[in-house]
Amino acid sequence: MFRSLARLHHQFGNALSLCKRRTNHHHFSCSLKYSSVATERKRFYQDVTISQGEGGLFEINLDRRKLKTPGGKLLTLPNEALAIAVATEWDAQRDSLKFYAMHLTTLCNTALDNPTQRNEDQMISAALKFLETDTVCYRVEEPYGLVDLQKNEWDPVLQWIENRYDVTIGSSSSIMGPDISQTTKDTFYQHLKSYNFWSLTGLEYVIAQLKSVVLSLGMIDRYLSVEQAVLLSRLEEEYQIQCWGNVEWAHDYDMYELRARTAAGALFVHLSSEGSTVKRKILQD
Amino acid sequence: MVASPSSLRVYRGILKELRAMQGQNYKQSLAYNYVTDQFRKNQVTGERYCRAQQEALHASQTYLCLLASSRNHQALHNFYHAKGERNAEDVAGMVGLRLPTQPGGKGWEK
Repeated sequence: MFRSLARLHHQFGNALSLCKRRTNHHHFSCSLKYSSVATERKRFYQDVTISQGEGGLFEINLDRRKLKTPGGKLLTLPNEALAIAVATEWDAQRDSLKFYAMHLTTLCNTALDNPTQRNEDQMISAALKFLETDTVCYRVEEPYGLVDLQKNEWDPVLQWIENRYDVTIGSSSSIMGPDISQTTKDTFYQHLKSYNFWSLTGLEYVIAQLKSVVLSLGMIDRYLSVEQAVLLSRLEEEYQIQCWGNVEWAHDYDMYELRARTAAGALFVHLSSEGSTVKRKILQD
Repeated sequence: MVASPSSLRVYRGILKELRAMQGQNYKQSLAYNYVTDQFRKNQVTGERYCRAQQEALHASQTYLCLLASSRNHQALHNFYHAKGERNAEDVAGMVGLRLPTQPGGKGWEK
């Protein structure tokens, strides 16, 4: 609606309103939201809505102004579901804006701005580098309770991924970690090539959070839920909590933060890499 | 034609989170309408094992996890880590001491 209004004004050559709207835009893009990190930004908008712009991409509107990334680009989202999720994040802010809690928005900004200027190949090789130090492959030798726990919980996931991708990834208890063969790396490379840039951004984020490629792929392929993946990633911590007790302001705090980030990353990957159609069939009696 | 019990639980969970997030008029929000729409659309399927349905269920579980854990994390943060520093008088009082007072003001203060 905003865009058609702009076209209307342009047609009628209404200089004053055109100037006013342009200065409004200009003023908004100058006062970039993310710039002042030290001071708290207050919530300055009432409504958050989404609109569909050119090329079928969705945009977020705060009151009447369009949301931009920290790099100055317009925040454009590929589908409606992701747009609604991001809009809900902004709508959930009360009083002050907590950017550190808006994980989906951060991921969208990273995907659009690409601040580290990387291409897809670099991202894939960075992601696969984690395979050599994958959490699930590093085993301890004592205490025996933890050894058993690792065997019972992590071995099925390794089995699953070896079957699914037809690779071999061993587990090792030495400090060097497992030997990952080149064929395994090539298989994963081919698989990751099929993801688009946005999905790769999300996937790399998830891998960095969980510190494991195996768990991340297990979750993205819907073998594990987010809670399960986080539990498996924090297996040793959970073991120690069972032995020594839980400290709410550290353990639970970290667990919820990890869950939130991982869930945001997984949702981001799923929403960036799928399209959906509804096929209506008629019931035949 | 009925939603499976786990999908019902996930749906109710998401609605609870949205209500906690947005207050009374959560039913007018974009997220509520979209989520309700998606759950309705995925309810009926002709296949016995419908991949789209399983994918939608996993996506909804992921979203529920995101909302719930964000809320819990924020609550823990506000409870434990948001109070800032105590002032010097309270800190001294915690160990049973009092700050010294100098009625004439300190020498270098005006």
